[in-house]
Amino acid sequence: METEGRVPGPALPAGGEGRGADSHVVAGVLGTARGPLLAAEVLALDDEEDDLEVFSKDTSLTEVNSFSPSVPISPSSMINQYKFEDGPELRDLFITVDDPESHITAIETFITYRVVTKTTRGEFDSSEYEVRRRYQDFLWLKSKLEEAHPTLIIPPLPEKFIMKGMVERFNDEFIETRRKALHKFLNRIADHPTLTFNEDFKIFLTAQAWELSSHKKQGPGLLSRMGQTVRAVASSVRGALKNRPEMFTEMNNYMETFSQKINLLDKIAHRIYKEERDYCNEMKEYGPIHTLWSASEEAIGDSLKGLAGCIDRCCRATERRMAGLSEHLLPMLHEYILYSEILMGVLKRRDQIQGELDSKVDALANKRTEKDLFSEEIGKLEDKVERANNALKADWDRWKQNMQWDMRSTFTNVAENNLRYYEE
Amino acid sequence: MEDCLAKKMEITVSEAEKRTGRNAMNIQETYTAYLIETRAVESQSEGQCAPVESLWRRYSEFELLRNYLSVTYSHIVVPPLPEKRADFVWHKLSADNMDPDFVERRRIGLENFLLRVASHPVLCQDKIFYAFLMQEGGWKEMVNETGFQLKADSRLKALNATFRVKNPDKRFTELKHYSDELQSVISHLLRVRARVADRLYGVYKVHGNYGRVFSEWSAIEKEMGDGLQSAGHHMDVYAASIDDILEEEEHYADQLKEYLFYAEALRAVCRKHELMQYDLEMAAQDLTSKKQQCEELATGTVRTFSLKGMTSKLFGQETPEQREAKIKVLEEQIQEGEEQLKSKNLEGRDFVKSAWADIERFKEQKNHDLKEALISYAVMQISMCKKGIQVWTNAKECFSKM
Repeated sequence: METEGRVPGPALPAGGEGRGADSHVVAGVLGTARGPLLAAEVLALDDEEDDLEVFSKDTSLTEVNSFSPSVPISPSSMINQYKFEDGPELRDLFITVDDPESHITAIETFITYRVVTKTTRGEFDSSEYEVRRRYQDFLWLKSKLEEAHPTLIIPPLPEKFIMKGMVERFNDEFIETRRKALHKFLNRIADHPTLTFNEDFKIFLTAQAWELSSHKKQGPGLLSRMGQTVRAVASSVRGALKNRPEMFTEMNNYMETFSQKINLLDKIAHRIYKEERDYCNEMKEYGPIHTLWSASEEAIGDSLKGLAGCIDRCCRATERRMAGLSEHLLPMLHEYILYSEILMGVLKRRDQIQGELDSKVDALANKRTEKDLFSEEIGKLEDKVERANNALKADWDRWKQNMQWDMRSTFTNVAENNLRYYEE
Repeated sequence: MEDCLAKKMEITVSEAEKRTGRNAMNIQETYTAYLIETRAVESQSEGQCAPVESLWRRYSEFELLRNYLSVTYSHIVVPPLPEKRADFVWHKLSADNMDPDFVERRRIGLENFLLRVASHPVLCQDKIFYAFLMQEGGWKEMVNETGFQLKADSRLKALNATFRVKNPDKRFTELKHYSDELQSVISHLLRVRARVADRLYGVYKVHGNYGRVFSEWSAIEKEMGDGLQSAGHHMDVYAASIDDILEEEEHYADQLKEYLFYAEALRAVCRKHELMQYDLEMAAQDLTSKKQQCEELATGTVRTFSLKGMTSKLFGQETPEQREAKIKVLEEQIQEGEEQLKSKNLEGRDFVKSAWADIERFKEQKNHDLKEALISYAVMQISMCKKGIQVWTNAKECFSKM
């Protein structure tokens, strides 16, 4: 049984939205019976007042219980991997998503997931919460966050449904993939210095079903949101691009190329997966032939049987390799495809805001009213966006590196296994 | 194997050349000719190099040689030739007879054939074989003069014998089954191996795409750029490595193919035995019926219904002189038949003995060769994995530097 310990660290300051706070580094330390000590890594980019750093983390998380040291690791297949940074501190919000269940009502069938939250934060009334949420609730949360922080990078949600292949919405594999993605989604929000204190987020984690539905109804209606969109489109059409600072043009170009490359990589990875699967299937036929042959031979019969055994083991090693691919590389690539879409969206929104700024500046040139207020407000937003982007960029590089490092070491292991198994 | 030609002489098929010429029907055609070089070994120990004799032969001449050998030495398992057409190809290999890779592999196969014949205790002493190696002109005529084609058994006769033979040697029946099994299992194995090779090729080559995308991507990245670039390079190396690996595997496939064709040679020996046995049985049957006839004529009793009996009953018996003449003829025939039977029996027994001796020799050779082939296959796989490890370890380093 694995034991977990925790290292006491300075408590997190409670922060409100948009309030200035010192940039902080947060890490959790997890001790296991056999694994190395691991900690979350956070990149603190700048010391400005607006703390908009985005936490970086590896893809897979596990249930970490900050209170009882003998809670068993959740049965999910994810492994927790963190890297050491200086000054480990404590995360105070731990979320897991698990236990999908389907509910059948008169109108529809849907799946709910259990969301378990454990926290030490003061503003939470209790230290543990367990609620059930369905996909629609997650969508709602995401749109609220986007509304409140149009220029921050909100983590991606798994898609509503996959276009190709999946017929059954409640296919087990699909549910599991979605569950993992939802888990990641919530944890990324929790690690984000600003988003984590969002009120809607808190309600999402803590409210009972009926509370949540009544809260949902309070938000700005669909019509007003549509109005916003129309204005936004209009303003962007009006040539918000002409004043765009150099940096954002660069970012736009970068994102275009990046998203192209990521899509290609995703295709390649899927192709490799398919080829490996085909290879495995052929190997499955290859082995038994040798066994069959050994039946008619006397002297070389044993060698043939040995070869057949090795081929079978190769098959299994290949299967493990494929599993490694599908568990790590493919989801990671997929997430970044979504991310690239999100980032394009963020850049667009930034452009919109700038558009507003520009149009207001133009208007002010004519009217000279409320000048300071507007431009200041808009300038601030711009800076926010800037910093958010930088933070994400730098930090995801490191993040990706860790990811790929893991993937490759899986491959190396497979190659080594192959070697061992191929000896006659 | 003391007096083997192989020990006395170095034989190589060293080159292959495309030629054009006119064939029997006076039509222009392109074919490949192979250079056979031979050099006597003994004089080398005296410090001098014996002169190399060489001549050119084409595949059809090899075929002629082999046909001659298998007819003349029907009790021997004659080594097979490499395949006429490329079989069991996976998609990268072309099935074209003119393809340089195919020609190269065939060259090796032909050399192997000559070496096997030269190291066979019986076959190496054959004069036609020797002439094949040494005498360019007039060889074809020489072969045809032996009239071996007349001795060849017709396929139909052999098939008939296989079905009708009553008492073949059990060992040969078993051998026949074994060679059938061997043939089917090896051809199945080769087919699947070709498919496996295809898939493996696919896996490796797709990784090459990584190389391209990585290097394109590295153009827009700052910190990650170098790591990506070098990782991409390693992906390219990985993708390219499969070509050599699979080429080596072809060699293994060729070794298996040789034994696939050997199975056919084994069956040929079994067929010969069946044919001889059937011949023997027919001769014995014939003799028995003649003896019976004789007896009937002599004693005047008709034990079996015969047209002759009927007609003689209807049209009157034969005169005693006629009968005497007939009996005499029959007795002569019977005597002939008995001698023939005796010699056939002897022949048959000799055949069985010498064939079985050669079969034992073949079995040992087969076990030895196949074992070696399997071992070398395993070694190949190990080296493939080692290469894989190297590439991925390098890639890992690059990734960790990103």
